[in-house]
Amino acid sequence: MEGWIALYIFMLAAFTGIEVIRRVPAILHTPLMSGSNFIHGIVVVGGMVVLGMADTTAEIIVGFIAVFLGAGNAVGGYVVTERMLEMFKSSGTKPEKKD
Amino acid sequence: MIPGVDFLVPAVYFAAAVMFIYGLKGMSSPVTARSGMIWAGVAMLLAVLVTFIHPKVEGNYLLMVIALVSASALAWWWAKVVAMTDMPQMIALYNGMGGGSAAAIAAVELLKLHSGQVQMVPTTLLVASFGAIIGSIAFSGSLIAYAKLQGWMRKSWRFPGQQLFNLLVFAATIGLGVWIFIDGPTPMLLLLFFSLALLAGVLLTVPIGGADMPVVISLYNALTGLAVGFKGYVLEIPALMIAGIVVGAAGTLLTQLMAKAMNRSLTNVLFAGFGKADEDATGSAASGEMRAIDATDAAIQMAYAEKVIIVPGYGLAVAQAQHKIWELTELLTSRGVKVTFAIHPVAGRMPGHMNVLLAEAGVPYDLIYDLEDINAQFPTTDVALVIGANDVVNPAARKDTTSPIYGMPILDVDRARNCIVVKRGQGTGFSGIENLLFFEDNTRMLYGDAQKVAQALISGIKALG
Repeated sequence: MEGWIALYIFMLAAFTGIEVIRRVPAILHTPLMSGSNFIHGIVVVGGMVVLGMADTTAEIIVGFIAVFLGAGNAVGGYVVTERMLEMFKSSGTKPEKKD
Repeated sequence: MIPGVDFLVPAVYFAAAVMFIYGLKGMSSPVTARSGMIWAGVAMLLAVLVTFIHPKVEGNYLLMVIALVSASALAWWWAKVVAMTDMPQMIALYNGMGGGSAAAIAAVELLKLHSGQVQMVPTTLLVASFGAIIGSIAFSGSLIAYAKLQGWMRKSWRFPGQQLFNLLVFAATIGLGVWIFIDGPTPMLLLLFFSLALLAGVLLTVPIGGADMPVVISLYNALTGLAVGFKGYVLEIPALMIAGIVVGAAGTLLTQLMAKAMNRSLTNVLFAGFGKADEDATGSAASGEMRAIDATDAAIQMAYAEKVIIVPGYGLAVAQAQHKIWELTELLTSRGVKVTFAIHPVAGRMPGHMNVLLAEAGVPYDLIYDLEDINAQFPTTDVALVIGANDVVNPAARKDTTSPIYGMPILDVDRARNCIVVKRGQGTGFSGIENLLFFEDNTRMLYGDAQKVAQALISGIKALG
């Protein structure tokens, strides 16, 4: 990819990241860290691509590890975030009893 | 006309990038957070599915499915069974996996470069190596953070000349990176390179104390984001670049917010260590005496108050008292007492962790206030009930310039008409800093385990009829 285009993408993405987070209340810091943790789980896609390209045993083993770790990041990150968020209820909605 | 693979794959990645940003944006409010997460989840699912028909993917489909399914099942199960108090280390663990994945991707790419199957322009090689270092550090560092928070590694490991040693290891890693850059990668060189990068992550994390871990986890979260972004560049998948860098930037900001809330700079967290500062200074000794109160009197005081603010700390979570506290709150509210919760930014184990723990007990989030929103309320509050919090309510942060926590933003509970502090014993607590609050004229100490005390308060109020 053309280096300058990549640099522009990086720059714009960085500003997006900062703007999206800037006015977040402290109450959401932990869920947000967990949520962004989930989003970088997209690395699993990169893992799949390199595993799909791998030929030698070493490449396949390391590629397998990449997919395994990436998928763990994505799924674990999602479940952890979801578990935290499902607990946030306003006093307007009656808190349902869970068992 | 059916769109071809060359169109479909980038199109889905593009849609995924949009949905990730939209989802993250949704997470900036408690009302839209869950739907935001669902958007991001759908984006992830689509991106993974479409990767099976990615033009570069030529085989190993079965292995791919095995890795995806086994890791997903394991991560799903583990994330479901852990207790809410253990969430911070789970974030560390899953973040570490992401960093490890980025490092592994770099390893495969560099191996392919060695065998001559892929060509890399110098920029790409540089970005790949840099991503490899960051990913490896995030991986091993996060695992150490996990071990520390899980209690497997209690000691902060320090030795003389440690920072110089760490610097040397880091410099050697960079040096090897440069060597790879100039001479091209060989398997031996790569092995050494990754080992050193992993070692650097371990060395950077072991001296940091448990209380600082949240900041460190947040930092590694940002680093993993960066590493993922760099991998996106190497693999020419813009969705990875965008998602990675958005997280990297957001994570960096979040890290700074957290460090600021703890009144520390990031360099201070990484290179000094809180524990060390404490050995040198505990602040001036307090004068006066602590006055105790029993649960019955405290119950009466609260039952006939107009306004009560509850200040929970990690001690509350350790005692698993959040459910009892919510029961107490409901009881007081039914008597017409206005009860709210004040949460310090670093209450719990990481910012917002306390909110999650209270939410678990059923406390609605609109009763929970941040430091800036509630501090003006204390002077008109009848009773401030402090449970399991210590440093974050210590007026020394405002008054005593010699105190290590001087300048840290605190909850001004000492300005309430009455302050009741629930505490297990008379000691100075976790950080060893003398708490001036305990000696104030309007402060009463209620000794005991948070859960038992809460139960005693509930019984006391019920007895009033």
